[in-house]
Amino acid sequence: MIKVNNLAKVFGTKRAVDDISFSVERGEVLGFLGPNGAGKSTTMRMITGFIPPSAGTVSVGGFDIVEKPIEARRLIGYLPENAPAYTDMTVHGFLNFCAEIRGLKGDARKKAVSRVVEMCFLESVLHQSVETLSKGYRHRTCFAQSIIHDPDVLVLDEPTDGLDPNQKHEVRGLIRRMGEKKAIIFSTHILEEVDAVCSRAIIIDRGKIVANGTPAELRQRSEWAGAVTVRVSGINANVLNQKLVQLASVKRTSILREDSASVTARVFPKSANTNGTLARHIAEAAQGWHIEELHTEEGRLDEVFRSITMPDTATTAPK
Amino acid sequence: MNSLVNIRTIAKRELGAYFSSPLAYVFIVIFLLLCGFFTFMVGGFFERGEASLVRPFFDWHPWFYLFLVAAVGMRLWAEERRVGTIELLLTMPITAWQAIVGKFLASWLFLGLALGLTFPVIITVNYLGSPDNGVILCGYLGSWLMAGAYLAVSCITSAMTRTQVVSFIVSVVLCLFLILAGFPPVINLIENWAKPWLVDVITSFSVITHFEGFQKGVLDSRDVIFFLSIIGFSLFSTSVILRGHRAG
Repeated sequence: MIKVNNLAKVFGTKRAVDDISFSVERGEVLGFLGPNGAGKSTTMRMITGFIPPSAGTVSVGGFDIVEKPIEARRLIGYLPENAPAYTDMTVHGFLNFCAEIRGLKGDARKKAVSRVVEMCFLESVLHQSVETLSKGYRHRTCFAQSIIHDPDVLVLDEPTDGLDPNQKHEVRGLIRRMGEKKAIIFSTHILEEVDAVCSRAIIIDRGKIVANGTPAELRQRSEWAGAVTVRVSGINANVLNQKLVQLASVKRTSILREDSASVTARVFPKSANTNGTLARHIAEAAQGWHIEELHTEEGRLDEVFRSITMPDTATTAPK
Repeated sequence: MNSLVNIRTIAKRELGAYFSSPLAYVFIVIFLLLCGFFTFMVGGFFERGEASLVRPFFDWHPWFYLFLVAAVGMRLWAEERRVGTIELLLTMPITAWQAIVGKFLASWLFLGLALGLTFPVIITVNYLGSPDNGVILCGYLGSWLMAGAYLAVSCITSAMTRTQVVSFIVSVVLCLFLILAGFPPVINLIENWAKPWLVDVITSFSVITHFEGFQKGVLDSRDVIFFLSIIGFSLFSTSVILRGHRAG
């Protein structure tokens, strides 16, 4: 549905988006990650046709966004960053206007408005002015606007920003459900959201795509993926360290915490740790000390994110 | 066809926005008070003893509009940019032109409404004497066209900035030029050193020169074209400026 080819945007001397390509098909939810200023919003603005690209093309449902902007925009629902809405209108007036400009008439318009009002829980503020809404409600009003014409393509710039935990949960559920039938791109800072919602994620940094894969694949890139965390009692840290390093499958260990009752250590495997081999070896080696806790790490997205986007300051292990 | 529907939708929303804020009411009240005060007190409507609105009523319009139209036009695009709704508006399945024309028309209709509400002066002058109502109607048409020209200039300045106050000030200055180029004291000053053809060129840019004909009841196509071309040129500039912002 969405095809982005060698897209670039130059502001003055700064290359905000630098030659990125990807595509999103129907039934996919693509998470767009990256530090502030990485070019996420600029990319989304180019996909929706708000700003023209400096180079490259975007096509939505087969329509080029520059050549056939009206046809392409009809297919897109867009939630811009900070969820702007006309402050001088009521929620109902605003949604009605958005439906009207999307070409919905009469009964169809009424149905569309009441459908999104229900989906986004806006009944209680329906006749309130947008200006007086709390941030969460304003956000949902703008979100409602983006789905009012039941678009095939949704572009959501930080859809959960400023929502409380319940609302976040609600919106994530909504995105996941809609993702079954639509092509969705959404940007976020919140990594847990990627796990909760996305079928695929792209990490973008300084205008370039630095990682592209399913959340599980991205986690695999973590240094911690396959490492085993173990908490034991009846042994001190140094001795534990020596014993663990002697194991054939252990590359190195690091002591996370030590107190009078127990020692917590993270053990890194030599080769890829499949089926919990490392954990089994550690358990077998436990003689004269007790294992209180033992589990294999799946790898952490935040650590992957940090090591990719800030290679200089990432927590790299001492060699 | 479709584009007319889109323009109407935009214009309807914009007009609604005027009336859902105090701006519309404050504007209309002030405009009517000013008109009344200048026509009857300063303009000396009764003292003149003429059944005409030319001098006491229409003469003031270029000066009222200088401030009042800038106040109506300043929010058109500056507010959209400040709040960020421009991103919403221009990613809808409409062209930038439809948005520009729709917003302009809404404000112009609003100004027309305010102007129409001065109808008591027509009643008054008809009650007291027997004026040429064709001339009065022509004056109203000219006044409305002039308001449109001012408004279109405000559209440009509003598109240039996020700050309404900046838009207001720049717009007043630009429109002041449009007035002063035909204001008799200024023309006399220019005549001292400029060649006659240069004076003609300068005065031909003035709204006053072109409004004069309407006031006398002369519907000259050149005057109509002058105002319409200011509107056309200004709206075109607005679209160029908006595209410039988006291109970065």
